[in-house]
Amino acid sequence: MTMLTSLIHHMRHLVNKYVSKFWLYAVFAFLYAPLLFLVVFSFNSTRQDAVFTGFSTRWYEALASDPRLVDGFFLSLKVALISATLATILATLAAYALVRLGKFRGRTFFSGMVNAPLVMPEVIIGMSLLLLLAGAKHTIGWPDRGMLTIIIGHILLGMAYATVVMQSRLQEMDRSLEEAAMDLGCRPSQVFFLVTLPNIVSALIAAWLLTFTLSFDDVVVSEFLSGPGVTTLPQVIFSYARRGVNPSIYAAATLLMMVVTIAAIAYSVYVSREAKRLAQRPKD
Amino acid sequence: MTSILKNVVNEQLASLSSKLKLDNLKLGNRSVLGIPYLWLIIFFAFPFLILLRISLTDMGDGIDPFAQMLFNTDGKWRLILKVENYLSVFREEPGSPWLNTIYVEAYWLSLRYAFLTTILCLFIGYPFAYFIARANPAHRPIYLILIMLPFWTSFLLRVYAWKGILADQGVVNRALMAIGVIDEPIAMLYTDVSMLVGMTYVYLPFMVLPLYANLVKMDLRLLEAAHDLGAGPWKAFWLITVPLSRTGIVAGCMLVFIPCVGEFVIPSLLGGADNIMIGRVVWDEMFSANNWPRASALAVIMIVVVIAPLLWFQNSVTNTPHEEGRKR
Repeated sequence: MTMLTSLIHHMRHLVNKYVSKFWLYAVFAFLYAPLLFLVVFSFNSTRQDAVFTGFSTRWYEALASDPRLVDGFFLSLKVALISATLATILATLAAYALVRLGKFRGRTFFSGMVNAPLVMPEVIIGMSLLLLLAGAKHTIGWPDRGMLTIIIGHILLGMAYATVVMQSRLQEMDRSLEEAAMDLGCRPSQVFFLVTLPNIVSALIAAWLLTFTLSFDDVVVSEFLSGPGVTTLPQVIFSYARRGVNPSIYAAATLLMMVVTIAAIAYSVYVSREAKRLAQRPKD
Repeated sequence: MTSILKNVVNEQLASLSSKLKLDNLKLGNRSVLGIPYLWLIIFFAFPFLILLRISLTDMGDGIDPFAQMLFNTDGKWRLILKVENYLSVFREEPGSPWLNTIYVEAYWLSLRYAFLTTILCLFIGYPFAYFIARANPAHRPIYLILIMLPFWTSFLLRVYAWKGILADQGVVNRALMAIGVIDEPIAMLYTDVSMLVGMTYVYLPFMVLPLYANLVKMDLRLLEAAHDLGAGPWKAFWLITVPLSRTGIVAGCMLVFIPCVGEFVIPSLLGGADNIMIGRVVWDEMFSANNWPRASALAVIMIVVVIAPLLWFQNSVTNTPHEEGRKR
């Protein structure tokens, strides 16, 4: 009898093990199938997208000679660099205020505004911002829809995500370091640049990368805020994608994935090195 | 005597400088708070007031959406608000039946897709998060990186790939025909199937991450206690694991449901003519019909539909008895 129950127990354990393995692998396959598809068919020799007819790099050549995609890429790069930098600065200020200033008047309203873009549908963010900018154009004749307005929208979107990253880092940072620096006669600006900043630099990088990706990837806000002749890379891809299959886009995707993978590997190497350096530092 | 005087002066100076430093800090703090505050008021809060304002103006051709609403007649100020935009969302014209417009249908379909996507994400994501949280601690960071890595590649391109996978002559149909399961391609693209696959695919990580964060912190001794008290694994799971992960479930569901309601890109790429969602309708109203007041009214109604569950969500998380299960 005990043998039987132990056998049942054992079987159940095995089933659990295989079910969990199966579930994990199946979901990962689901998550990675489209990426694999994009890479494989970017090297296809024909426009076919179900049968691999042969290896070729013609779509990469087509990509480089498509001025809309190339221009869109450089515009997106510019927009993402500027908006990621400004969003990270604003987010650091906002996170600092939320973590360090304790209770101040309007705190709930402020934190509500900071977090709202995280859950607000992008269509609404883009649309209300468009109404504001159109109203400004109507009353003071400025600004025209274009790169500037896209950057404003992307800062707004990225700031919410960056604030979450910066907030959690500032919360776990040891405050006594700053207090010690202040006791030793540092001015507040010195405290910030000599003590706080070096302590949060990895979070700053993470927040910047996150906002850069968000900006570089955004369609909806850009669609609302761009003007005639100003189209970001995702907007170009979106307009191509709605028309049908275009393996040039697969090629663009593959290049983008390569960049992201390299950046992710570089970042994780950096983080693990930082962690090692911190672990090796003598504790005295 | 001089030394005492010196000490007093020094003390005074020190207190003065510390006071100055404090004031300096306060000024610094004020700008630390003031800059993002001002930014958010101008570019986030104020636009919503404009949205609300435009939703209450006259619609129609040639009417300026920024026209005056406040009129001064015979020394009296009068505010003129039009509710026609809201009414026109719910019925085509005065006298026609209520709730029989394309707008109501779009809201209904949006909520339906958001709900089904949330259920699918929960069904796929819960066991997934659970198995990762119970996996070998050394492997967990790798699994997490693997979940987040696709997230860093363009969302648009990942959705676009499904178009090629699910098409009539796409990979799935070809494969199924090759092994003889079907003779003719199944229509998956531009139907509910492609919509739900695309939305589940995009939003699954938003469900998995809060669930994982919650499940990994759970005290496993509770399950041992349940086992010792004679509960089977399933009973222990339903009576202990699921209730304890409630905050994670709520957080994940909200993070999936809310953006799904306003989804714009996925229905444009993977949806057909029947798969209309409200995000797309707002866009068309704005740019094709050029009817800004009605588009604004549609957006305001959408905020009400989205904000209501959000408030419920916040309430249920802040009133939770399991403090340790909270995400932030």
